[in-house]
Amino acid sequence: MPVPHTAFAPEATTNRALRAFLHGLPGVDEVGARARAQDLSTRSVKTTAKSQAIDLAISMVDLTTLEGADTPGKVRALCAKAAHPDPTDRTVPRVGAVCVYSDMVATAVDALRGTGVGVASVATAFPSGRAPMEAKLADTRRAVADGAGEIDMVIDRGAFLSGDYLKVFEEIAAVKEACGAAHLKVILETGELATYDNVRRASHLAIRAGGDFVKTSTGKVSPAATLPVTLVLLEAVRDHHAATGRHVGVKPAGGIRTTKDAVRNLVLVNEVAGPDWLTPDLFRIGASSLLNDLLMQRTRLSTGTYPGPDYYTLD
Amino acid sequence: MAERRNTRKAARGAAEAGGGTGGPAPARLAVRKTYKLYLGGAFPRSESGRSYPVTSDSGQHLANASLASRKDARDAVSAARKAFGGWSTRTAYNRGQILYRVAEVLEGRRDQFAAQAVAAQGLSRAEADRVVSAAVDRWVYYAGWTDKFAQVLGGANPVSGPYYNHSAPEPTGVVAVLAPRYAPLLGLTSVVAPVIATGNTAVVVTSETAPLAAIDLAEVLATSDLPGGVVNLLTGRVPELGPHLAAHADVNALDLTGAGESAVEFERAAATTLTRVLRPGPGADGGEEAWLDPDPGTARMTPFLETKTVWHPVGI
Amino acid sequence: MIFEYAPAPESRSVVTLRETYELFVDGAFTPAEGGEYLTTLNPADETKLAQVAVAGPADVDRAVAAARRAHETVWSRMPAAERGKYLFRIARIIQERSRELAVLESMDNGKPIKETRDVDLPLVAAHFFYYAGWADKLAHAGLGPDPRPLGVAAQVIPWNFPLLMLAWKIAPALATGNTVVLKPAETTPLTALAFAEICQEADLPPGVVNILTGAGETGRALVEHPGTDKVAFTGSTEVGRQIARSVAGTDKRLTLELGGKGANIVYDDAAIDQAVEGIVSGIFFNQGHVCCAGSRLLVQESIADELMPLLKARISRLRLGDPLDKNTDLGAINSAAQLERIRELTDTGEAEGAERWSPACDLPRSGYWFAPTVLTGVSQAHRVAREEIFGPVLSVLTFRTPEEAVAKANNTPYGLSAGVWTEKGSRMLWTAERLRAGVIWSNTFNKLDPASPFGGYKESGYGREGGRHGLEAYLG
Repeated sequence: MPVPHTAFAPEATTNRALRAFLHGLPGVDEVGARARAQDLSTRSVKTTAKSQAIDLAISMVDLTTLEGADTPGKVRALCAKAAHPDPTDRTVPRVGAVCVYSDMVATAVDALRGTGVGVASVATAFPSGRAPMEAKLADTRRAVADGAGEIDMVIDRGAFLSGDYLKVFEEIAAVKEACGAAHLKVILETGELATYDNVRRASHLAIRAGGDFVKTSTGKVSPAATLPVTLVLLEAVRDHHAATGRHVGVKPAGGIRTTKDAVRNLVLVNEVAGPDWLTPDLFRIGASSLLNDLLMQRTRLSTGTYPGPDYYTLD
Repeated sequence: MAERRNTRKAARGAAEAGGGTGGPAPARLAVRKTYKLYLGGAFPRSESGRSYPVTSDSGQHLANASLASRKDARDAVSAARKAFGGWSTRTAYNRGQILYRVAEVLEGRRDQFAAQAVAAQGLSRAEADRVVSAAVDRWVYYAGWTDKFAQVLGGANPVSGPYYNHSAPEPTGVVAVLAPRYAPLLGLTSVVAPVIATGNTAVVVTSETAPLAAIDLAEVLATSDLPGGVVNLLTGRVPELGPHLAAHADVNALDLTGAGESAVEFERAAATTLTRVLRPGPGADGGEEAWLDPDPGTARMTPFLETKTVWHPVGI
Repeated sequence: MIFEYAPAPESRSVVTLRETYELFVDGAFTPAEGGEYLTTLNPADETKLAQVAVAGPADVDRAVAAARRAHETVWSRMPAAERGKYLFRIARIIQERSRELAVLESMDNGKPIKETRDVDLPLVAAHFFYYAGWADKLAHAGLGPDPRPLGVAAQVIPWNFPLLMLAWKIAPALATGNTVVLKPAETTPLTALAFAEICQEADLPPGVVNILTGAGETGRALVEHPGTDKVAFTGSTEVGRQIARSVAGTDKRLTLELGGKGANIVYDDAAIDQAVEGIVSGIFFNQGHVCCAGSRLLVQESIADELMPLLKARISRLRLGDPLDKNTDLGAINSAAQLERIRELTDTGEAEGAERWSPACDLPRSGYWFAPTVLTGVSQAHRVAREEIFGPVLSVLTFRTPEEAVAKANNTPYGLSAGVWTEKGSRMLWTAERLRAGVIWSNTFNKLDPASPFGGYKESGYGREGGRHGLEAYLG
């Protein structure tokens, strides 16, 4: 049996070998990928399936605040929300993690101690990634030292677009090393990669370099986590698993605001990567306002009446 | 009309040798032409060995023509099929050049064709000249169409989606042409030129009663860079050849212009393999004068064209 | 975890079925003179939907006479722009009633609501909208300065896209000033009868559209009726041959849209995930009841082992079941007879040595069902590579070079459709140029559009439907 495209791991990691590997991947037809995502988005998820999907989605939320105006108070409030999304209903699952800037990690870790909610930190000069390597590594090490269990790094899109795949690869590998036991999510910032071919290549590059998750976006660039982009990422992790047996996770982030968006993402996971990925260990949704919409829909399903936003906490 | 098998003993007309029976020998004996089939670029006799006498309008013997058989028709279809790939993929410009070359060569031999028309059909010299001129011009006309019909008949289709969508006409393949019965040069040209201008190849059953112009035309075709097999000319009888061509599974289209009373039978036979059929038009059984319209348009091209539509996504 | 989608059935309440449907002749619903009825079933559960009149020769006479009268007294004399406005009006009513029509179509045909709702009905409305605009622009269609309608068109359509095929037939005929007598398929008459109501609702003059229901005999009486000027047929190649024979010697114009055995060529540089989607939609769209289906997958040998697992995994995700469930991908086979044919041919493929694969798939107990099936190791010599199965059965063949792909693709008496998957533009065009088929989908499949001409080469028929080319069949 011939070796699938995606099974090839470059032995000597040179830019040339990486280029040969990445450009040897099958192309992605933009129109076809969009059509597939559109088709899956017409799946009708109702009643029991919907309740199940909502709780699953809540458990997959990386509840995020990434503002210049973030304060310890804001972060603590968010953490409280993450641990008990609906203070009046203890059957609501906790979210997957809280995602903050690295200087807020200590605050978040403190606030979440004993809740089971993870702390994720963006790092490596988020969101642009434009900083010296030492600074990126220092950023990462500090976040890990402060207790972050997950690091969301950004790739150097400039290097990627200029064809310097080795630089991107080495940065990811170095950050992965700096992570130690922490999980590494690699943000591709697909909105800047322009083509789905690039999204597929960047996904495989990140996976090869050691990323535990591939993540679509910083949330600071539009378009962010569109369904076709998530589709391409899911195909990459599916193919990598088929070739190596290793599971890599996917995290769409940015622009997922409604329950409908979240459910569509879950349908995509279910039908593209498969049910294996329907766990917070392998699928996360980076979002902030999504959580309240999920909670409102949850209430609607259980009570049959439409709730209002004032019945849910702001953070 | 009598059919003979390898015999050359029928009464001869006196027209060409200039003498009647028992007269004095001419100062120089004319060299007569043996009229054969035009098949795959060569001039073979009928595999059956048969021929039939051709007489002028007034009943004088002109020559013996090969009497094509079912097997000749079969060979002609094979030759046309073999030539189709090459001819249909030539550039339209190149096909136009070759059709124009046919006009050039025909022009150079107009006297021969005019004399033939006078002798065979009893036309006046002026009428004959007019017909020959029209035939030359008809080749020029279709030479000009080769690289235009696709633009006229095809185009972009504005589908509602991110797709480039384009339709273009393509030749249908091998076309069996039953040529006009009473218009042996201009009529023949008028039905054959549009078939090959569009990239098809042709198997033609020529006018049974006046087949000589067709074989003379074959000599023009053979010296005009037209690849062998693109046009195959069978002299003979429509009722004998027509059924085999109409039912032949490797014939893509059938022009019934010269089918006469067999048209319905042939159309029925063609239905078995969904062969495209062009029914005889109103002037089908007219003489050369029925074919004088200098601008026949696309009507004789479209029946032998298939529209191919290609879709492709537009994306990055 | 397992993520099961709960049933999400589209409501049947939008449809009001009558117990009995009569013929639509000269603007009114009237019983067949023979008093005979046939029963149309829901193929998903074999329940009876309605009984429908069977038109006999006298009814055909009546309908043709009505169409002739309407043609001569009203429709061909009306200002073309007004004619167009009737079509625009019909298009709008179809849009307004589209959910009802989609549900009715799914019930009568067995195809998934997802397709009737998202494909059939939008295309039906779009087709009327497209041809409506042509009505007063025919002099610009490149068919001469003053193209004239032919007169009365006899139209016979199949059961696979009942309302869409009706639109393909009626919209261009009406736009060009012809009147029609249309016979829907025996097993799927209901949306055509709903369309008859729409004609009434649109105040279309009586006799412009006549709908005769019935089976093969009704169709034969219609296409052989001497009072028509045009025959348009979509269906099997076998019936197409008979019709071509029957119109020989008449002045009737004929267009035929017949069978196919479309090749879907996947080169080794294809965008593989989209190719998988294209293969799946190529053969499983509408349960494979598609004349232009990509029923022969020609995959480059060098990529076959990589493609097939992806394809099978994808097919395993198809959801077969209740056509009215919004999540159903694969509905019911249209009739017991068709199911039998699919079974017979597929069994033949296995007997001839092909390897048969279907995903684990629970078939409903009642109704006509066939699991999506892939036959690998098929060669050109196998019946399943040559005969149209018209069901969810994919035959897989391999090739080594582009020349071989094209040669195999063309090695069929049919020539309706083909697909090409490659990321190399020049190879796509090279292949498309050499394929002897009327519709080539490159890097996509089974796309239809009113502006895009559709029709076949060789034994797939002749004439084109759709686009400017589609006008030619109805103008003299």
